[in-house]
Amino acid sequence: MASITPADQPPVARRAPRLSKQLRRDLQAYLFLAPWLFSLLAFTAYPMIASFYFSLTKYSILNPPRWIGVDNFVTMFTNDPLYWKAVANTAYYTFVSVPLSIVVALGLALLLNQRARGIGIYRTIYYLPSLMPVVASTLLWLVLLDPRLGLVNIGLQAIGLPKLGWLSSADWSKPGIILMSLWTGTGSAMLIFLAGLKDVPSSLLEAAMIDGANGWQRLRHVTIPLLTPTIFFNLIMSIIASFQVFGPAYVAGDGGARQAGPLNSLLMYMLLIYRNAFRFFEMGYASALALVMFIVLVALTLAVVRSSDSWVHYEVGRR
Amino acid sequence: MTAHEIAAQVRRQRLLYRTLTGVLAHLALSGVAVLFIVPFAWLIVTSLKPLNQVFTDPLVWLPDPVMWSNYQEALTSPAFPFMRLLGNTVIYAVASTAGTIVSAVVVSYAFARLEFRGRDLLFGITLATMMLPGIVTLIPTYLLFRWLGWIGTYLPLIVPLWFGSAFNIFLLRQFMMTIPVDLTDAARIDGASDFTILWAIMVPLIKPALLVVGLFQFMASWNDFFGPLIYLDEASEYPLVLGLYAFRTRFGVQWHLIMAASLVVTFPIIALFFAAQRYFIEGVTMSGLKGS
Repeated sequence: MASITPADQPPVARRAPRLSKQLRRDLQAYLFLAPWLFSLLAFTAYPMIASFYFSLTKYSILNPPRWIGVDNFVTMFTNDPLYWKAVANTAYYTFVSVPLSIVVALGLALLLNQRARGIGIYRTIYYLPSLMPVVASTLLWLVLLDPRLGLVNIGLQAIGLPKLGWLSSADWSKPGIILMSLWTGTGSAMLIFLAGLKDVPSSLLEAAMIDGANGWQRLRHVTIPLLTPTIFFNLIMSIIASFQVFGPAYVAGDGGARQAGPLNSLLMYMLLIYRNAFRFFEMGYASALALVMFIVLVALTLAVVRSSDSWVHYEVGRR
Repeated sequence: MTAHEIAAQVRRQRLLYRTLTGVLAHLALSGVAVLFIVPFAWLIVTSLKPLNQVFTDPLVWLPDPVMWSNYQEALTSPAFPFMRLLGNTVIYAVASTAGTIVSAVVVSYAFARLEFRGRDLLFGITLATMMLPGIVTLIPTYLLFRWLGWIGTYLPLIVPLWFGSAFNIFLLRQFMMTIPVDLTDAARIDGASDFTILWAIMVPLIKPALLVVGLFQFMASWNDFFGPLIYLDEASEYPLVLGLYAFRTRFGVQWHLIMAASLVVTFPIIALFFAAQRYFIEGVTMSGLKGS
């Protein structure tokens, strides 16, 4: 001990504060982060792990969970006709509404990207329905889509088309809520597209114009390629949202009391989970349902991400 | 033709072209606007009709007489205890908005300004949870709150928001990164603590971002249907949207009253939008930042 001179080694008294300085910094930062760390553990990590466990149990809320292995998954795939109904309905809804909503949102954004007076008013009008609570907008559309005397059908009749059954027909109930979702659900994507369009450098469009490209060609070969990162983002967001569609199906399908819409045509996957969890209190089975949806959703998202290499262009100089 | 005349003609043509495209643009814009307005207009018109004019052939475009009393009837109906529903909704929206802002400010400050071990990893995890579909955590979270005895209260809907949410943390962190480091460093040299720096320097500078975060949380809570549906069980606890749903279940065919109630439930959000339109639009646009 005595052989260590102050020159060889800094005295302990000077080293200690240096160490504890980093430690103090860490401690202080983690003090700020404490709520979030708690949230990550209690409301994300724990529930994720627990849902794996619950999915392997029979858990009718009043009794403790009982381990049953993969029985829930076997029941789901082989012995629950409503499961496949819900899968089919959700797939229908997703594969129709997602591309439609992207096209509509992009179309609206292109309209709003013109130089015209009062463009802000139009933007407000197009965005306004997105603000409505889903219960209010669905109730409104129940009135609009009334098969006998709703405004939509009277309009169809006026232009010589047949009236449709909409929410009271098994064939037309999903198109009904898709139509509704185009009215209520495209506002955000539209604004995001609009911001993307503002980023398209006008020099490129002018160059294309000088080369003789017409409006469609400029859209197809300049604007859209530059917009692909935004399309990619909106695509993923709307896939996630449409997989988990609940409100319109619940309100229009009468709360899933007996049937969700005619012949269960509005029985969306989320509604099936809701029924099993909060009506029948089958928490184990509901967890298994949720887990399968989660896995499918992650797989689908990854597939879209994987595919993005071939169609999403990140230009130099863009964020 | 002199050069002068040619120039004049080119100008005239250009003006004509510009007027023409302007007219076409407005035609397209307003044509589409009609599609968006008509359902809204129908909501208002229906809410002012006597019941026997709601579904008629031919359509009744303008109610006669105009039934302002529908609003009174809807809002005083025992099946739609308006003041109670409104009070519940305001408490829910305010408490969740306050929690969202406070927690996001504190946590994002650590990510934006403090140096600590594990920061990048933790920030990466935060970004990853942003993409996490809520469905996978739903049931265990419900069971957790049930175990705590919180079913039938607003606690499951409010308390988690006081512990931060990934997207808002990300958003505020991005915003704080744009504040010059010199400003905070100067305060630090003067001996200010991090809490002082955050409160006295950061918060005033990021007010617009706080407003965006607050507005969106307020709207999300006001419009939230699923959360109250699973966590509340007494009608006296309901927020407006759930009260509206219950109203419809009990008075299935009184569409004039249901539309009046729907409009009343929607109105505050629309008013809020008009009061802070710029922040709303900025907020949506910023959410697109994740993608690019």
